[in-house]
Amino acid sequence: MPDQQLLSGDEAVAHAAFDAGVALGTGYPGTPSTEILEAFSALGGRAQWAPNEKVALEVGLGAAYGAVRALVTMKHVGLNVAADPLFTAAYTGVTGALVVVSADDPGMSSSQNEQDNRRYGIAAGLPVLEPADAQEAYDLFFTAVELSERWKLPVLFRMTTRVCHAKSLVRPRGRRETPRPGHFERDIAGRVMIPSNARPAHRRLRAKLAEIAAWAEEAPLNRVEARDPALGLITDGVAYLHAAEAAPTASVLKLGLVHPLPLEKLRRFAASVERCVVVEEGDPVIADALRAAGIAVESKPEMYRFGELDVARVRRIVARDTSPEPAPPRGKPPELCPACPYHAAYAALKKLDCIVAGDIGCYSLGALQPYQAMDTCVAMGAALGVGLGLRHALPPEQARRVVSVIGDSTFVHSGITGLAEAVYNPPPTGHVVLVLDNGTTAMTGQQEHPGTGRTLDHAPTAQLSIERLAEAMGVPSVTVFDAFADPAGFERLLAERLAAPTLSVIVARRPCILAAADIRKWEKAGAERRAAQACLAQAEE
Amino acid sequence: MKVTNVVLAGLGGQGVIKASDILADAAVRAGLDVKKSEVHGMSQRGGSVTSDVRFGEKVLSPMVPRGEADFLVVLSPSEVEVARPLLAAGGVLLGPDLVPEAKLPNRKSLNVALLGALSSHLPFPPAALLAAVKAALPERLHAVNEQAFELGRAAAGGSVR
Repeated sequence: MPDQQLLSGDEAVAHAAFDAGVALGTGYPGTPSTEILEAFSALGGRAQWAPNEKVALEVGLGAAYGAVRALVTMKHVGLNVAADPLFTAAYTGVTGALVVVSADDPGMSSSQNEQDNRRYGIAAGLPVLEPADAQEAYDLFFTAVELSERWKLPVLFRMTTRVCHAKSLVRPRGRRETPRPGHFERDIAGRVMIPSNARPAHRRLRAKLAEIAAWAEEAPLNRVEARDPALGLITDGVAYLHAAEAAPTASVLKLGLVHPLPLEKLRRFAASVERCVVVEEGDPVIADALRAAGIAVESKPEMYRFGELDVARVRRIVARDTSPEPAPPRGKPPELCPACPYHAAYAALKKLDCIVAGDIGCYSLGALQPYQAMDTCVAMGAALGVGLGLRHALPPEQARRVVSVIGDSTFVHSGITGLAEAVYNPPPTGHVVLVLDNGTTAMTGQQEHPGTGRTLDHAPTAQLSIERLAEAMGVPSVTVFDAFADPAGFERLLAERLAAPTLSVIVARRPCILAAADIRKWEKAGAERRAAQACLAQAEE
Repeated sequence: MKVTNVVLAGLGGQGVIKASDILADAAVRAGLDVKKSEVHGMSQRGGSVTSDVRFGEKVLSPMVPRGEADFLVVLSPSEVEVARPLLAAGGVLLGPDLVPEAKLPNRKSLNVALLGALSSHLPFPPAALLAAVKAALPERLHAVNEQAFELGRAAAGGSVR
């Protein structure tokens, strides 16, 4: 048996997926989930980046229809993108196993909101499992696979920043299963969700959830640690560890399954202690469910809904302390790297006083000093739609200053449909879409995407061309330009396109300064591989 | 055995995360329970980065409670005052001025120099920490980093041998 290793929660999930024989891992990079697929690939698992989370979930679902074990990873806001297939996947269920990881970011270290994705499991009607640390992430992943196979349901595996990125000692079990071959069995009534099939499917789903709730009453993943009955804490995820440290003498009910809840076990626990407090990060999801079931518990005060919990905050929750907390230290905000190719683009946008509908990625930093040249930033791909809306609404002289700014990975993720909208419903003043193409998914740590021409492990594959796609979609003006090499020329180009009443796409292309050396290395390796293959093919002739 | 709380702080790109990985690995080598956590993502773009390392017989929360760091290791002058509230009363601050940049064999080795300084205070032998430094780096960087480690250790009043 392998020795214990120091692993992050993300790495632990990757090890578990490999050891459990997951046949396919797919997802879209997003902090704090990104390392799961990278580590799974490094272990030898079959891993790939999808263009976005919706596609990733659909691919994972298809694999699980094909009777294999599949893993899909994303950050919390990624599940918004994937929500459409998720809800119906709960109806169809799966044939193999499907584990969907949602990595939530309470405190927003690197996100645009701090939504609590336990609610997605409840809304979609899926079991939600939640580990507290890396060992538990490893162990619970096997439980997730077993649950998924036993009840033929996708399972939501909810992690948070301090589970994903916290390292602790893990003792892996070793590889128990290798990926099994897939097979297909026709089940039209079960998988084609037209209303006549979906109505019974919803009833089947609710019946499965009732069975899982009954199972959860006795399942060891929800455990009671009976200590002093004066204080009882009901807790989940990393909050359990903060609570165990903050109140070592308290009795604890630690939930590993947060939906469906083992209500009778919870009722007995609450009745066994004098005071019962729910200690959970984010929204009062468990506390509200318990109160709705008529179980008297205390919820944390509203002020602790914001940001992460820690030991000090749990001490305050237990002490019912709602006095103002000390202000957190104000660190230095992030900024564009000194030699970032985006500098020239932002200098021009600022100089021309553009109204910038921005997007998610490194270029979000253009909203900060010294440029402050980004006026909106909502969601992946939103630059296109929001920019178009502004163009439609504003008087012409203002409308002509609007530019949609989006990165290459984000463009592929969800900018393409926005560009279709721009071609279909062009504003009277036209529009300018600026794709800042640095040849990588820079913000999350330089992952590949369909526009780079390389797969997750940097092997060559077909390359999606942003400019040819835009031309094929009917954009009348498409230009590729290196703004960093010729800032003055870029400014002239941008001014010219803003003045024109047509739709234009400008691809400002230059590799990310942090990724450039690696990109050259991968390109060289790819060229050598292709040359060797050509040589081999010639020899066979 | 009381849990030892170390917070490392600096700016993205300075090697804060690397140093915390090395420290955590050294504690594992010393047979201790370890938890380490950091926040990265946007913070790697030149912004503030902190990483918490906790070790002892049994560690629960992965985060050092504010005001309870036994040791605060700071790599950037701009971060000293930002991070100071994390330090416990009576805790030890190891700041970037401890080892003058001119003395370092390589500007990038400040993180290892400060680990050298920290090594005189830890409940396991400095050799375990130096071994972890070497394990984390390619061999061609071993000599430079050993030199940085010793500089830091001498600055803090100790010596490896």
